[in-house]
Amino acid sequence: MLHWLNKKFLSPKSFYESSGKLLPWITIFFISFFIYGLIGGLWIAPADYQQGDGFRIIYVHVPSALTAMAIYLFMAACAFLTLVWRIKIASICMSCSATIGAWFTFLALVTGSIWGKPMWGTWWIWDARLTSVLILFFLYLGFISLQSVIAHPVQRERASALIAIVGVINLPIIHYSVIWWNTLHQGPTITQFAAPAMASSMLYPLLAMIAAFLLFFAMILLLRVRNQILLRGIKDFA
Amino acid sequence: MNHFFAMGGYGFYVWSAYSMTFLVFFINLILSITENKKIKKRLKQHE
Repeated sequence: MLHWLNKKFLSPKSFYESSGKLLPWITIFFISFFIYGLIGGLWIAPADYQQGDGFRIIYVHVPSALTAMAIYLFMAACAFLTLVWRIKIASICMSCSATIGAWFTFLALVTGSIWGKPMWGTWWIWDARLTSVLILFFLYLGFISLQSVIAHPVQRERASALIAIVGVINLPIIHYSVIWWNTLHQGPTITQFAAPAMASSMLYPLLAMIAAFLLFFAMILLLRVRNQILLRGIKDFA
Repeated sequence: MNHFFAMGGYGFYVWSAYSMTFLVFFINLILSITENKKIKKRLKQHE
């Protein structure tokens, strides 16, 4: 079954074909969600009663932080598939998503810092949430440098996959940091069980922005993975 | 319109956060597109 699945859908060649068909759709959905999120977040949503218009940074900060974490989870899942079943496309996805994940973590840190200055009075504080996200950033950088340091392809693949899986422990720490420790960072805006503590005119643009950021990751990932497939084609050829 | 750009006094912070987002998105897009062009160029040399 797995062998068949691997050959039919997960082989680099079929991945290249199907991702080519998928890309325009992802792009269209990304653009529509992004535009709706921008208009809804910057224009339609009313100013916050405590933070005024400053709260509008939430529409880029929360999606980038959430996407940074989602990418790590995706990267670790790919690492698992790489280690256990040696699925080639999973290994390519794993290394491509690391760079994008690092960019999104960087964005979450920068937008958070820009938000922190007017609201907390400081660009940075060694608070549990901020520190654990900084660790996420270093995990991505560590993964990337490990990939460039080990010359042997199989060893490189295994060592970096292992690091990616071990680093998953940081994700629940980031998520629960605002609950476990007394942090300056505010609590979660969207919770799974309680009704959201946000008016719908503020919430819908946020959900749209989260969708847009995830779609943007998917878009860049597919572009990068397709590049790698082409590159490997050259290497096999040469 | 001026009222919109002022963002109730938070203009500098709001717009710099959004500019950073656009910048990061733009960089990611440009990096993957230029990589693609480079590879396709190499691909042509092999043919």
